[in-house]
Amino acid sequence: MKPINEISSVLTPLDRKNVDTDQIISKEFLKRIERTGFGKYLFYHWRFHSDGTPNQDFVLNDPRFQSSEILVAQENFGCGSSREHAPWAILDYGFRVVISPSYADIFYNNCVKNGILPIRLEEAEVAALLEKGKQAPYRLDVDLKHQTVTAEDGASYSFDIDPYWKEMLLNGWDEIALTIQYDSYIQAYEEKTQQAQ
Amino acid sequence: MAKTIIEKIWEQHIVFEEPGKPDLLYIDLHLLHEVTSPQAFEGLRLNGRKVRRPDLCFATMDHNVPTRNRSVIKDPISRKQIKTLQENCDEFGVPLAGINHPDQGIVHVIGPELGLTQPGKTIVCGDSHTSTHGAFGALAFGIGTSEVEHVLSTQTLWQSKPKTMEIRIDGELGFGVSAKDVILAIISKYGVDMGTGHIIEYTGEAIRNLSMEERMTICNMSIEAGARAGLVSPDETTVEYLRGRRNVPEGDAFEQEAERWLALATDEGASYDVSHTIHADDISPFVTWGTNPSMGSGIAEHVPTAADYDKQEDRDALRQALAYMQLEEGAPLSSIAIQHVFIGSCTNARLSDLRAASEIVKGRTVHPSVTAIVVPGSETVKRAAEAEGLDRVFLQAGFEWRETGCSMCLAMNEDAVPAGERCASTSNRNFEGRQGAGSMTHLVSPVMAAAAAIEGHLTDVRNYMKEPVPSA
Repeated sequence: MKPINEISSVLTPLDRKNVDTDQIISKEFLKRIERTGFGKYLFYHWRFHSDGTPNQDFVLNDPRFQSSEILVAQENFGCGSSREHAPWAILDYGFRVVISPSYADIFYNNCVKNGILPIRLEEAEVAALLEKGKQAPYRLDVDLKHQTVTAEDGASYSFDIDPYWKEMLLNGWDEIALTIQYDSYIQAYEEKTQQAQ
Repeated sequence: MAKTIIEKIWEQHIVFEEPGKPDLLYIDLHLLHEVTSPQAFEGLRLNGRKVRRPDLCFATMDHNVPTRNRSVIKDPISRKQIKTLQENCDEFGVPLAGINHPDQGIVHVIGPELGLTQPGKTIVCGDSHTSTHGAFGALAFGIGTSEVEHVLSTQTLWQSKPKTMEIRIDGELGFGVSAKDVILAIISKYGVDMGTGHIIEYTGEAIRNLSMEERMTICNMSIEAGARAGLVSPDETTVEYLRGRRNVPEGDAFEQEAERWLALATDEGASYDVSHTIHADDISPFVTWGTNPSMGSGIAEHVPTAADYDKQEDRDALRQALAYMQLEEGAPLSSIAIQHVFIGSCTNARLSDLRAASEIVKGRTVHPSVTAIVVPGSETVKRAAEAEGLDRVFLQAGFEWRETGCSMCLAMNEDAVPAGERCASTSNRNFEGRQGAGSMTHLVSPVMAAAAAIEGHLTDVRNYMKEPVPSA
């Protein structure tokens, strides 16, 4: 996966809570057997009317956010289905960072395995970002190494991330290649448990 | 020190641990289906990797399969996905119950049926409803496709130890109250993110009295409470369900296994990070009115009003949900007309679910404005139901009796609810568009779905049941 460290971009304010992965990528787009090409289907039924024309009221269709790489939403983002097509769609569309007070567990794991940085900030901090981001394009500098988010008006936030996932994201490592280095432990475990049976 | 079953299973599966790192956990059973596996197998091929333990994998086709004519899959992309799973299983030596196999069915229905699901196992699948298998006292959780590839290649996963949560249901479930009502009531009370970062253990008298199939219904929807997994400590009910099943040992070896399973149960006095208690008396037949599983109430209640909520964001969420659901604040739930009924899914398509629904349907007729379908959870369930004549009961009432699969739960095959129409559904998610673009879902138990089919609107199934007379 692609390493990630510093991202500077205006944020896209998605002012909703409990955004589920069915909304992020609807089931009719899960039939492809590739990992790429899902971006055009991101939030499909919110982005487009049933006749296929763009819904101009939806934030992703706002021309001011077209080059945004940072998606901001209310709590429990990515709940529901485990479909990794959701982060694939987010990444393919062009987002590298998501900011929310909380994430569903599976979605969070799926993000870090695809080079998307899911940042947790306090509810009030996210509310402030959403408010400013809705008023006018609002630029953020995200720095994974120093675990900070700095806004164009000087507002600054720090975030926590598990050091294991941080290393993976910073280096863009292939997790399977890493785990294969522990093969002797896996073999030992298999021998031990087979004996026990 | 007294331990929970969660801690016991976790500790037994640690392959490698080091401070500052997640634990490397061994995976005992890896279930696969056609939707979340193709990219994982492709990843193995691109990197020249193989499946480490094909003997610990089991695959089936469920999400895309037609429930009418099995010989034709009209959608070419669905057809390709199903063919791809067949080819991947052949190439990597993974056992498969394919579309015409007598064991085919929804992955979370067939795992237990075949005795693959056992207490104390770590079980994963690229599907969030893997939590179902927790009913057996297994640690079972959904994973993404990158993790599917990781397990295929290494039979392990790096996992940070989640916190533990007890949900205790005291007392006895009332007349007409089913396992589905219990889990919907829990999620409605505590919210769709109550379990984030936690594994839930369901305890208490009401849980102990449930059958294995009812426990599966509850554990299945743990993910709808945001939990990583949900489980029930094994007991005699668990042991008796597994006795004689295909993949469990026989004779003395079974008795030894049973002893080991029972010893996994949470120790007396073990503590949890969080505990909640609900009294069974407070749970009545439930329906959802909104666009996530926490938006529900007892059938005698009304759709909430904005005044019921303190926080602006909750009032916004209510308005968004009701706008999508085309419902008015304060409307009585039992007045909501439905056009579709779906009895199926990994939540509620087992034999006991079909039996219960058929009791309500027997001798009655589906309302003329309703299209009602029954989709058994597996070929095995379907055969057993037909042997009891349940298919004839449903057909005579005007239901359609279909082949097995995930079907209208997520409408990846052709079974979809049309835009602007409403479905009383025994599935697990009422998200926008879940059962078809623009469709509206009301989650209910199998008996509530059956009663709605007859009346043409949501209704209290207790009016269709005879209250048992207490014996003198």
